[in-house]
Parts: sequence; C-alpha cells; structure tokens
Amino acid sequence: MQDKVQSPMSSEFSVIGTRPIRPDGVDKVTGRARFGADLNLPGQLTGLVLRSPHAHARIKSIDTTAAAALAGVKAVVTRKDFIEQPDGTSAFGEGTLNLHDVISTVLAGDKVLFAGHPVAAVAATSREIAKQALKLIKVDYEVLPHVIDVDEAMAPGAPLLHAGMITQGVTPAPTTPSNIAKRIDIGLGDVDAGFKAADVIIERSFKTAAVHQGYIEPHACIATVSEDGQAELWVSTQGHWIVRMLCAKLLGWDINRIKVTAAEIGGGFGGKTVVYLEPLSLLLSQKARRPVKMVMSREEVMRASGPTSAASMTIKIGATKDGRITAGEALLKFQAGMAPGSPVGPGCMCAFAPYDIANIKVVGYDVVSNRPKVAAYRAPGAPISEYAVESVIDELAGKLGLDPIEFRLKNAAKQGTKAAYGPKFGPVGMVEALEAAKASAHWRSPLGKNQGRGIAAGFWFNIGGETTVSLVLNEDGTLGLTAGTPDIGGLRASLCMMASEELKVPLEKIRVQIGDTNQLGYNFLTGGSRSTFSSGMATVEAARDIKREAIKRAAKLWELPEEAVEWDAASGAVRPAGPNAGKHKPMTLVDIAKIAGKTGGPIVGYSRLNAHGAAPSFAAHIADVEVDPETGKVSVVRYTAIQDAGRAIHPSYVEGQYQGGVAQGIGWALNEEYIYGQDGQLQNAGFLDYRIPVASDLPMLDTIIIEVPNPAHPYGVRGVGETCIVPPLAAVSNAVSRATGIRFAELPMSPPKVLAALDAARANGAAKI
Amino acid sequence: MAKHHVVTTVNGDPVEFLCESGETLLDVLRNQLNMTGTKEGCSTGDCGACSVTVDGRLVCSCLMLGVEAAGKKIGTIEGLASGDKLHPLQQKFLEHAALQCGVCTPGVLVAAKALLEKHPDPTETEVRYWLAGNLCRCTGYDKIIRAVMDAAKDMRSGRHAG
Repeated sequence: MQDKVQSPMSSEFSVIGTRPIRPDGVDKVTGRARFGADLNLPGQLTGLVLRSPHAHARIKSIDTTAAAALAGVKAVVTRKDFIEQPDGTSAFGEGTLNLHDVISTVLAGDKVLFAGHPVAAVAATSREIAKQALKLIKVDYEVLPHVIDVDEAMAPGAPLLHAGMITQGVTPAPTTPSNIAKRIDIGLGDVDAGFKAADVIIERSFKTAAVHQGYIEPHACIATVSEDGQAELWVSTQGHWIVRMLCAKLLGWDINRIKVTAAEIGGGFGGKTVVYLEPLSLLLSQKARRPVKMVMSREEVMRASGPTSAASMTIKIGATKDGRITAGEALLKFQAGMAPGSPVGPGCMCAFAPYDIANIKVVGYDVVSNRPKVAAYRAPGAPISEYAVESVIDELAGKLGLDPIEFRLKNAAKQGTKAAYGPKFGPVGMVEALEAAKASAHWRSPLGKNQGRGIAAGFWFNIGGETTVSLVLNEDGTLGLTAGTPDIGGLRASLCMMASEELKVPLEKIRVQIGDTNQLGYNFLTGGSRSTFSSGMATVEAARDIKREAIKRAAKLWELPEEAVEWDAASGAVRPAGPNAGKHKPMTLVDIAKIAGKTGGPIVGYSRLNAHGAAPSFAAHIADVEVDPETGKVSVVRYTAIQDAGRAIHPSYVEGQYQGGVAQGIGWALNEEYIYGQDGQLQNAGFLDYRIPVASDLPMLDTIIIEVPNPAHPYGVRGVGETCIVPPLAAVSNAVSRATGIRFAELPMSPPKVLAALDAARANGAAKI
Repeated sequence: MAKHHVVTTVNGDPVEFLCESGETLLDVLRNQLNMTGTKEGCSTGDCGACSVTVDGRLVCSCLMLGVEAAGKKIGTIEGLASGDKLHPLQQKFLEHAALQCGVCTPGVLVAAKALLEKHPDPTETEVRYWLAGNLCRCTGYDKIIRAVMDAAKDMRSGRHAG
C-alpha cells in the first residue's frame, strides 16, 4: 500500500509556500487566547515563593510556623516536603538532566546558591496574605563568599559552590574540588601541523555577557490536585510532557496522575523547557486541596529563571595567503550558574561548523557560579562560540586583503564536509547563503558617514525526536488535527498546511489543537527547531494513514481488493486503480466519511514516531551599523538575514523567525547583559534596565529564504528557529569594527564601552571616526 | 480596610467593581472583570503588554489604580472588534503575520489604534517611536510596523469602516 502514497515533493505545491492566516490568529488579536496566567479556577489560592536575599549562604534553619498559622494561609512547602533525588547526569534533549539539580533549582537544599534562589513557597487565599506569610518565614543564613564571573570562578581559591565537585572529562581526575563541572574536548586532524602550514595566524580573546531569553509572558501555572490524587496542571511551557515527567519524578508520583495542558505560550526561546513553579503549585495544591495559581513577577523571571551563559573565550585561526583556513583552535569557558549544564557542549560543536577545516581543536569548560542555573536559549551555546570565531574569521579576511564573503566561500562547509563534532554533512546551504549575500542589493549598496558593514555566517544542528499526532476524519469529511508540541510562532498554521497539501482538503476544513498529555502519546518539547520538522513529519504520516484507510474503505464498498483502489493526489479522492477495477465514481474524504460507519467504524490517522534526519540550517547575515562618534551609541541601520529553510511551509512565519532571531541577536550584541554588583545581586532585574530592543531601535529586517530541501522530511523541512540568532552578534561586531577601525572583542558593545574604545584609539590615532 | 466602590465604563459598557486602594487597573480588569485580554508582562510600565486607553489616552494599566478609573472611559483589546468585524489593525496583523506568540499583541494593537486615531498618516519612524513602549520579543517589529502602516493606509482611504 505504501507505494501508492506518493510524496508530492516533485510536483507543484498548492498550499505549501502560500501565506494563509493562521488558525489561532483571531483569538490572538482579540484577546481571547488564554495564556499561562489567564486561567482561573473556583476556590483558587495564590502561591508565592520566598527567595534568597544572598548570593551564597548556608541555610541553618527555616521556621515556617508563624507563616502556616496566619489566617488564610492554606499550605507551606520547603525542600523537606520533596523526596531526595540522585545526583547524577543523563543526556536529555538539547542538554543534560540531573534531577538533584532540578529539585535544587526549584527549592534550595542546604545552601542557597544565588540571590533569588527559592527557599519556600506558600499558598493563601489572597496575594496580600501570601505576601505577609512570606515575611513570617524565618530563615537563618550563614552568609558565604560568592563568585559571579566565570574566570574568577575557575581561579584557584575561588569560593566553592559544591564541595564535592570534581571536574569530569579530565584524566587523571583532579583530586581537589573546583567550580569546573566538566571539560569537553573535540577535534579533527592535527592543529599543530595546520598552524605550521599557515601564513597568517590570529589569536584573540573574547567575553560575552549573560543574556535572558526575555519572553514577555512571565512563567505561570495553575495546579489542582483532588482528594484521590488526580492532578491537573495548566502551564505556559514549551513541552508539557517534559513538565509532566519532571513533576512526577520530583514528587515521586506515577506519571498518569498528572494531566498537563499547555496554555498558549507567550514566548519561550528555550527558557520554558524547565520547571520552576510547577512542582510547587502541585504540592501546595495537594496540601491545601484547592487549586493553586502561581505567576512570576518580571523581577523573579530575571533573577531566577533561565538566562544563558556568560562566556570567556580564546580563538586562534590560521590561513594561507590565498585564503585557505589551515587550522582552528578554541578555548571556551561557559558559566553555567548554580549547577552544571551550560551549553558549552553545543558551543564547542558549533564553533567551526560553518567551515570545511581539516584541523580543529576545541576545549570547553562548564563552570558553576553564584547565578541562576542557565536554561536553553535559542541555539544554546552557538551564538557565543560562533561570534568569537566569526570575529577572527573577519579579522583574518581583512589581514589577508580578501573580501569577507569570498574568504568564507573559499572555506564554506558543503555536502561531504566532515564537521569537528563527528558527522559528514548531507546537502546543506552554506555556499548558497553566502552566494545570495554576495548577490544581494544590500551587499553592493553604498555606506554613509560613520557606518560600517559586517557579515557573519551561522550554523545550528536542528533536532528531531519523539512525536505523536492524531488526525480525525469527522463525520462530514472535515478533519481534527491534534499535535503535542506547543505552538509558539505559527506551528498550527504550518501543520494544517501540510495536512491540506497531502489530503487536498481546504485549510478551513481542518481544525487544529495542541493536545494535552492525556490525548496523545509522548511528545518531546518545542525546541531545537524541531516542531515544524517533527510534528510536520508526523502530520504527513497521519494524513497518509487516512489515505490508506480511505482506500481500504472504498475497496470494501466496491468489493475490490485494496490493490485495485488508489489515491489520486490531484483530486484528493480514491478511485479504481485501472479500467479492470470497474467504473466506480471516485470518492473524496467527504464521501468516505459518510460510509465510515458501515465499512469498519471511525477513521483516525495516527502517527507516532521518533523523527530522524533533522538537518542543519546555515545562514549568512549582513549588518550595517552607524556609530555615533560623540556617544559611542551603535545603531543598526540596515540588516539582511539569509538562511536555508530546507522548505518554507509558511514563508511569513519563516521570515518571522529570521527577524525575531536577528532582533534578539542585535540585543545581545549591543544592549543586553546581566549586571551584578559586588554584593552578588543582579542590578538590572527589569525591562527598564535590562533593555531588549524596542521598535525604535531597529530598522526593517530584510530576509532571503534559501531552500535546499532536507531529503529526510516529506516536504524538505529543516527547522529555522535557531540558526537566525547565531550570526547577528558577529555581523554587528564586524560592522562596528569596520566602521571604527577598532576590533571589538566583548559583548555587549554598549555606548560606554564603545566610547572608551574610541577615546583610546583616538589617543593613538587609530580610530576611523 | 474597606474596599472602594468604583463606577466606570469599559468598552462602552457600564461597569462597577469593588477594589482595594492599592489594586491596579490591570488587576481589576484581569481578576475582577475577567477581561484577561490585557496582559501583564512586567507591572512596572516598561513592556506595554497591559496597554489600555483611558478617555482615549494610551496608558499602562499596571501603573494606574483601579480607583482612578472612576468616571472614565476605559478601552481594552476586547473592545477593538465590533461584532463579527475585526478592526482594520486586527485584520492587517493577521494578514501580515505580525504576531508570533501573541502575548504582546493586545497591547500593541491598543497602542496602534491610539496612534492612528491621533495621527492617521504616520511615518515609519513615528510608528516605531509610538510603539517603542510595547515590547515584542518574537517578531523584531518588522511585520508589526508594516501591518500598522498598511492598516493606516486602508483606514485613510476608507476601505475599512472599522
């Protein structure tokens, strides 16, 4: 049967590549869409978290007696209410998982490890009473010395966060503990020989600041646990199956006890792939026997949820006079926050991935310090390491007197290139993206006064993973599509388009939803740019399942063997396979739905798979900046993002991903940073002082979509959400360097830093402006 | 302390509620009137997700007390569409794909409507500065700006009755 279900890959698409209005659109422009904090339940309590005022302290005692006795307080929880977890690491999704670290992030154990670390939680009949209760909890702290910066945390004699931390990945194993959780080594060829063959070598050190994902919707959830132990959780998350698994493990419950519904999610960017409030709300609700709603304040989001790593790096690259890179070496030190798990691993793997280089050596360190535990942030690790590499590549091009695009083209990764992290690339779009950059009107346009133009390449793996989708053929021939990966930016539109393309059913006849954890088999989360790839693949499989069933039903009705019936892709109907099969009138899905009852019952397409064959996406970005010589303020005046999508299902949402990634990358390059005082306190825990780009900071963000189809996906999808945040850091930095004549090696390039560099360069006559 | 009895108008409807002295208009809208279309992103007036109009003026409802709403005309996202007819801004946001996660969208739309009522023919720069108080982390603003400009053009030519 399978061979009759042809992929329309080679034919013209009728739906894919068009720009229909998204199915969840009207709810989102009318205020009807329900996000994490928008659900209220009868009898609900307000849950609040008590947080550490210290960056590092031992908890000598916690006394919750007075808080629990306050009228209106219905439950109080501390770490003692949770079961203990094994302290060990296992691979999980885009990073690793250690349940002891997960519970220690949710609630501190013996020590608080950052200012803002949760210590206790309360549920009360009003927010005011809950606030009063927090004040009544007495915590006796023994304050300890703290360390914030990654280089300082690695230095001998630094305050130790974890007395038993022995660096992994080093042989022989160190005999004394440190803040270095892990060392990573990856490589290819012989870098010493490679550098010997080089005519020019540049080595430079870089620093990048910790930045936050900056989703506009704070973390929010509401839990209700009934007397028989059945629990429901409504939550803003990128992965409700992950939330269910983590909560069940932390609480010691069977998984079936918890039903998790993913609310509409107000941005995540990786930051909503972990749990903070969810286990607390479940436990508080179990204790109080009432629903418990918890919503973080913006200050809590900034102080205690995800940023990504700050980093300190050294990059060395050598090339011959004719522009061939002979060797690349990187030392990457990533700050992980209070527990191991920085994205230094993918940072190491991605560092040189845009290039075909024979000799590569990368060493990475995962380093704990007294900050919140980092969470995934869009292409975790890649923007940091690729920024440093792309800066040196750019400087090398300058030193060699080569055009920066030509230099990159000469060394670009292509089909067959062996990446330092292992695989050989299949068909990839690095060369195509660079060629498109070279051919763009932007690249050839003139620059104004105090302006500079930068280019940078970018790479991200993309992932697949476990996925389930169901597609119900309703009685009237319309369809109900249920997927399990939360839709952050147009997924439902893309899935409907793929189902529509496959079945030739009009879009308005397909109703789509994100199902809860009881409605489908396991789904890994929305992350790794996997949702359109994986849920798309499962949607197409489920649609093909419907076609196969339609053939069976028609065969039964026509009393023909199934081989004598086929699906006609052009008309979207089943028909006799040839003249010998008789003159039956073709049946559409509307016709098939009518006879479902008498030919075997309801028709449901179903697909459960582990999506393999995710393919990387490469990008080339061009940034024009203008530097104000008086203030050091950098403005991005023109920007073009060029990226391989594999196939753009809904081009508007692909462009939207590119533009959103660019804006975040520009923020990372120019404004955003976690600023700590000597006291270990975050000094800018709000949108006023942690300034993400606003509308007046940015120009229009031009996009060029390249399509080098991924052969493993029925429609060629690669995944586009992450690569686009990788190039902007270096593209902007390279532009600033070319505008000013000063090579910058630290992010963010905020006005005070740029002005200081300009002043210093002017003093010795090296500044261009 | 006794709660305050407040009589006001929301999207043209008479509304009364009881609120604490310190309760914000945002909390009143969301928690008392069940109008959750107005979002809370920061509660410090920095993100604009809670944008509403008060007597036609754009305000962060997290920075205004519920008691201050007495006798005023409050406009929220729930009042943008009339019947089945979306406001031209809403329609253009859909057509331009000017939203991704959608959590900032209600505030952006309320702010953009206030702009076009005051300045029906804004330049791109004027739109960017007017919306500088409405943070969006998903879109990079490009499609938002295009949607607002396009809606303004249609509204000027009277193509939408909105």
